[in-house]
Amino acid sequence: MSDLNTSMVEQYRNNFLKEVEANVEGGTWVKMCMQCGVCSGSCPLGPAWEHPPQELFMMIRAGKREEVLKSESMWMCTSCYNCIVRCPRELPITHIMHGLANYAHRLGLAPKMNPTRRFAKMFWNNLVKSGRVNEIELSVGLYFMDGFKTGVARAWAMKDIGLGMLKTGRLNPFGFLTHKGCKDKRGIHRMLKKAREIEDRRKGLAA
Amino acid sequence: MADVVATHETIVVVGGGISGMTAAVEAAETGKNVVLIERAPSLGGRVSQLYKYFPKLCHPTCGMEINLRRLRGNKRIKVLTLAEVTKIEGRAGDYRISVTAHPRYVNENCTACGACGEAVSAQIPNPFDYGMSTMKAAYLPSLMAYPQRYVIDPSIIGTPDAERAQAACKYGAVDLDMATETFTLTAGAVVWATGWRPYDAGKIQPYGYDRFANVITSVEFERLSDPRGPTGGRILRPSDGKEAKNVAFIQCAGSRDRNHLKHCSRICCMASLKQTTYVRERFGDDAQSTIYYIDIRAIDRFEDFYQKVQADSTVRFVKSKVANITEDEASGDVILHGVDTEGYHRYDNRHDLCVLAVGMEPSVDIRTVADVAVDASGFIEMGSTNGGIFGAGCASNALDVNRSVQSATASVLRAVQVVNRVAKAEG
Repeated sequence: MSDLNTSMVEQYRNNFLKEVEANVEGGTWVKMCMQCGVCSGSCPLGPAWEHPPQELFMMIRAGKREEVLKSESMWMCTSCYNCIVRCPRELPITHIMHGLANYAHRLGLAPKMNPTRRFAKMFWNNLVKSGRVNEIELSVGLYFMDGFKTGVARAWAMKDIGLGMLKTGRLNPFGFLTHKGCKDKRGIHRMLKKAREIEDRRKGLAA
Repeated sequence: MADVVATHETIVVVGGGISGMTAAVEAAETGKNVVLIERAPSLGGRVSQLYKYFPKLCHPTCGMEINLRRLRGNKRIKVLTLAEVTKIEGRAGDYRISVTAHPRYVNENCTACGACGEAVSAQIPNPFDYGMSTMKAAYLPSLMAYPQRYVIDPSIIGTPDAERAQAACKYGAVDLDMATETFTLTAGAVVWATGWRPYDAGKIQPYGYDRFANVITSVEFERLSDPRGPTGGRILRPSDGKEAKNVAFIQCAGSRDRNHLKHCSRICCMASLKQTTYVRERFGDDAQSTIYYIDIRAIDRFEDFYQKVQADSTVRFVKSKVANITEDEASGDVILHGVDTEGYHRYDNRHDLCVLAVGMEPSVDIRTVADVAVDASGFIEMGSTNGGIFGAGCASNALDVNRSVQSATASVLRAVQVVNRVAKAEG
């Protein structure tokens, strides 16, 4: 990925906005932002963002490539769509945030320990393996991703919810053994491979 | 209404606000016959509901008075109030205009003595104060009303109240048998000056205009500041009548927003800057005005006014479109939430009162009446099908008073050219 990073830096030099427009989903909208700030104010996780969306757009236009792509901010988006609904210029802000996160990840610049990124990877690997999510494996993986001790503490904190889910049949504790996956695993894998090829071609990232 | 004489050389002006009055007077003073049609019971329109004009901060009574004097003294102008145009057919030089005239229930004998108003007991919301006050159902629309004649509200017709009004009148002016009339006028050209209406602030869901008593519109704030308004000019907030010394103004409330009005309404920045002077005038150094804006659009020479307001220590500017408003139920205060653009600081600011600088939209959709070109916001544009119909004032664009008057004069010039051509052809 670092080769890709180098070639992109070469290609766009000082024009980060052009780079975003060409490579990030919804990137062509970034120049439309009029800096009113309604997205940042409307974000329910707003206070947890280092750079709210409005600031990210300005940073992109100011060419702050490293700061944007290495930022944790766009990984905070929970897709509530409040910003899209309120944006006076109808920018697809949610999509741009995911687009930025995805682009940063592909370039290998996304923060390695970002929990959203790690969970997204975990979810993806879990899903791809059998074509269907193994819930108990995913939950345990998430709880214990920072080690055994924190995992136990997290599980203990969530025990009431877990027991409730057990009682109502929403959680299968034997899922590790009984999880079956989908019927045509190889079919799914072929499909995903094809989709990745198409996506890479579309984004001009094909190796 | 059959006494209205209109020919192919007549100019019909629709709308009796500042643009329509200007158009009527200008046309008549060039020697043309004019019929001025107004939907409300009185001329004057939205300008008469303002406390002060920008930028000179004089009172609208002044400008209105001058126009009324010119209008009253001119025999070439026929004024029809409580009348609406429902259809325009024909072409330049030969229009047939369908008009529906609603009954006033008061004839020209009225001396505006007020006896009927005293006799009536029913109260109705006062549209002059945007419903913030009530008035008797027999009323004079405003002190400046023209014609100076009372109106009896249709809601009391057939009740003992109406009988009482009739009995109280010493001049035989109350006529309860009046009915809605429809008739057709002939005209050579039409000046369409139906003006604007404030955008429905209730549609801007995050600002809670429909939920919070202390979120009001800029037009309502004009009435709160006017000594003849519902609070006698004391700026009292609606929830508890407390003096609103700490006032927030939110710009672009509905304007420049693809979810609401796409256009910039052009007057709202100046209107809010002007309204900060009302707060200053009322409370002196205790006043606190905060303007939340995307960017201030004080066009051309209004920059001076902007700079004067900027120099006022009681006025604060926050560059941010407010995300949403909540209400502190115990105190009735409004809390504005957002992030500013100059440093990206998150704020939760408490104010006594919040004024939404609402945008302008055309008050009438002219396409239901005539085949005329309009822009994406419904304002009249120049178009090949327009013929002898000319938009004037805020029917043609979001304009302030000064530019409305210019626009009206320009439209009259075009209308006069049409009827001059007709006159030449008719010999």
